[in-house]
Amino acid sequence: MTESEKTAPVLDAEGVSKRFGAVQALRDASLQLGKGEIVALMGANGAGKSTLVKILTGALRRDGGHIHIRGAEARLNSPAAARRSGLVSVYQEPSLIPDLDVADNLRLGRTPVEAFRHWVAEMGIPDLRLDDVIGDLPLATLRILDLARALAAEPDVLMLDEMTAALPTDLVEKVLRVVRQQADGGRSIIYISHRFAEIAAICDRATVLRDGATVGNLKIEPGIEERVVELMLGGKVAPVAGEARHAAAAVGAAVPRLRLRGLKAGTRLADVSFELNRGEVLGVVALEGQGQDELFDVLAGNRRPAAGSVEVDGAPVSFSHPADAIAAGLTLVPGDRAHALLMSRSVRENIALPLLARFRDWGAIRMEDEAARVTSAIERLQIDTRAQGEVRRLSGGNQQKVTIARWIAKGVNTLLLFDPTRGIDVRTKRQIYGLVRELAGQGAAVLFYTSELSEVPQACDRVVVIFNGRVVDVIPAAEADEATLMRAAYGLSRAGTEPA
Amino acid sequence: MTAVTVGPTPLARLGRFMADNPLVPLILLLIGLVVVLQILQPGVVNSRWLANTIKVAIPLAMLAACQTLTMLTGGIDLSAGTVATISAFATATLTPLVGAPAAILIALSVALVIGLVNGFGVAICRVHPLIMTLGTALIASGCLLVYQRYVIATGTKIPDFLVWLGTGRTLGLPNGLVLFLPFAALVIWMQRRTGFGRLLYALGSNEAAARLSGVRSWQVLLSLYALSGAIAGLTGLLYLGVVKTPSLSLALPLDLPSVAAAVVGGTSIFGGRGGFGGTIIGALILTVLGTMLTLMQIPEGGRRILFGLIILAVTALYIRLTEQR
Repeated sequence: MTESEKTAPVLDAEGVSKRFGAVQALRDASLQLGKGEIVALMGANGAGKSTLVKILTGALRRDGGHIHIRGAEARLNSPAAARRSGLVSVYQEPSLIPDLDVADNLRLGRTPVEAFRHWVAEMGIPDLRLDDVIGDLPLATLRILDLARALAAEPDVLMLDEMTAALPTDLVEKVLRVVRQQADGGRSIIYISHRFAEIAAICDRATVLRDGATVGNLKIEPGIEERVVELMLGGKVAPVAGEARHAAAAVGAAVPRLRLRGLKAGTRLADVSFELNRGEVLGVVALEGQGQDELFDVLAGNRRPAAGSVEVDGAPVSFSHPADAIAAGLTLVPGDRAHALLMSRSVRENIALPLLARFRDWGAIRMEDEAARVTSAIERLQIDTRAQGEVRRLSGGNQQKVTIARWIAKGVNTLLLFDPTRGIDVRTKRQIYGLVRELAGQGAAVLFYTSELSEVPQACDRVVVIFNGRVVDVIPAAEADEATLMRAAYGLSRAGTEPA
Repeated sequence: MTAVTVGPTPLARLGRFMADNPLVPLILLLIGLVVVLQILQPGVVNSRWLANTIKVAIPLAMLAACQTLTMLTGGIDLSAGTVATISAFATATLTPLVGAPAAILIALSVALVIGLVNGFGVAICRVHPLIMTLGTALIASGCLLVYQRYVIATGTKIPDFLVWLGTGRTLGLPNGLVLFLPFAALVIWMQRRTGFGRLLYALGSNEAAARLSGVRSWQVLLSLYALSGAIAGLTGLLYLGVVKTPSLSLALPLDLPSVAAAVVGGTSIFGGRGGFGGTIIGALILTVLGTMLTLMQIPEGGRRILFGLIILAVTALYIRLTEQR
């Protein structure tokens, strides 16, 4: 055996590229993983992290580049092929079949039972019964079972994608200990997480992606957080906010439009409190899966909170249906357009839908009134109506405008926008920011979650940053440059937060 | 080698045109069938034939209104035929006892109640409409059997004006149109110009989106299935006048053809597309098709096979051309 073979990386991905239509998701991604090494894969939203993961696990095919596993070119054409190459992954969502018991799930995956039991016990669940039905087990246990199943397959490379996100702290520690032991025993691990504390605790190196390319490969050491954030941002100079906003104007009104206290929902939204005033655009910034989905669902009446309270104009509210939220003036533009639109119906019907929703609106439609409202909303948003017969024929940007136009036609009071500019063109984005500012200027309150940090100073007055289901920072727009937001979103403290 | 396709193909353009004007190809198909009928049997297409075709198509179209409206939301009403039968049977047996107006009122109330039960199951218990309406149809037809044993002695009587409505003719046109034209106008107005009608399409296109827009779908579905029951009851009354002999399987021959009429008429069983206008043409197409197969003197077995094949072919072609999925 030559020296080079001994030190050759277990996994060596070089120059991987992938294009989706007009979008170059990956340009030049590289990732090296040595024997017994834990490497953190990091990158901001849209950096190409999940695309790279999907390529490595065989869910997507790469357009270019090379991937070697143990020195041999790997053909990762399918998840099964990736598994045969020795690459096993554990995802954020449980992958066991809920209607079957543990033993049947193991049989399906041809998982060796003895090894599986060993790892389950090792991670602190000694009393697991093989005839327990998966659907009856708590979520945290399922994460452990997923990991145990992956370990029982004796993979060369283990990929853990946000697997601690749903775990209580004590289990996180056990899992991290097992993962570290695995690495010390010679297994190679790709660890994907937004939590610097975990990365610092167990990882050896961090590989950072930005705009589809690997931009850094760092050894984990104290102070690494700042370096990683810098790399994720690239050479971007922190821009000063375009114009100073006067959020204070409306704050004078003693009662906020919306006040949340200790809101908790699902496994992710832990404890969120903030206030939203009339005439204000309040940004929400969070990494994926920090509880923002649950937050918007609760405010839109689509989900009941587990704890905490919501006040509208000072009066406590409890919504059991979106209709209740709409009656209170809270209207949601959801993140996924497919959840908002009647794809096979016309632009007009889509926009007029909330006007007809209540029982008392079931009678004859006042067609002139409806036409006037719809037309003015279409004009205000500059929707291209050449294909208005069916919404599915519109471009993504125009579809997004229709989801917003609906509430303009109804009359906006408090608008909840969940990532309204994702995947749409720059011109439409600008129009949406302009509209949001205009609505706020007319006295509406807007809660604006966005995954694109550079949007924040353009659209918002203030930003709440949520991490791990909690508000970790509230930043005025003037200070909300990308670097500051990114640090806050990763739960890092902001210099100069404390009042003098 | 360098040829580049620009824009939609002629076929795709035809499909888009048909998607925007769904009635045009159906009317063309209907005219085509009539022409074929005339060629097969010259002289058969006359005013008498026309009146008869309309008379037969009216109850089918009315029962298919139940299917159309429920299918717009992605549902179906398989109890419609049974409800029509019960309504007809109850009217015929109660008229000698309590008089025609009261009998009809009772019959329509029973139809409405069965519709409400369907609505309760579909809207509130979230049972799949196929199962729910099939279940109530079985239960209701069982009840009808029990009921029949008690009323067998009382005899039956069909109110005169129902006979007039079902079989009479004025100026060469069937009297059934007196009921049907306002009915059709009302249904089409409702589906296009009322909030309730729009919500049927909304629920069928995307129930989650309708919910986010504040639609409480249970209210819509409960009302819809109650309405469907009432329409089926009304159809039963008319059909009683057409057939003139109450039986326990009166409207059952219309049950599945009513689904076929809605589907041939361009209403998607997945919801969100279609309308009663197409269903009326669909009912006419099925009626003309039935006449044609009868005239060709094909034995019953072969007729059914051909009937089924033609429905499948028409629907498949239509869906393909209009890109419905």
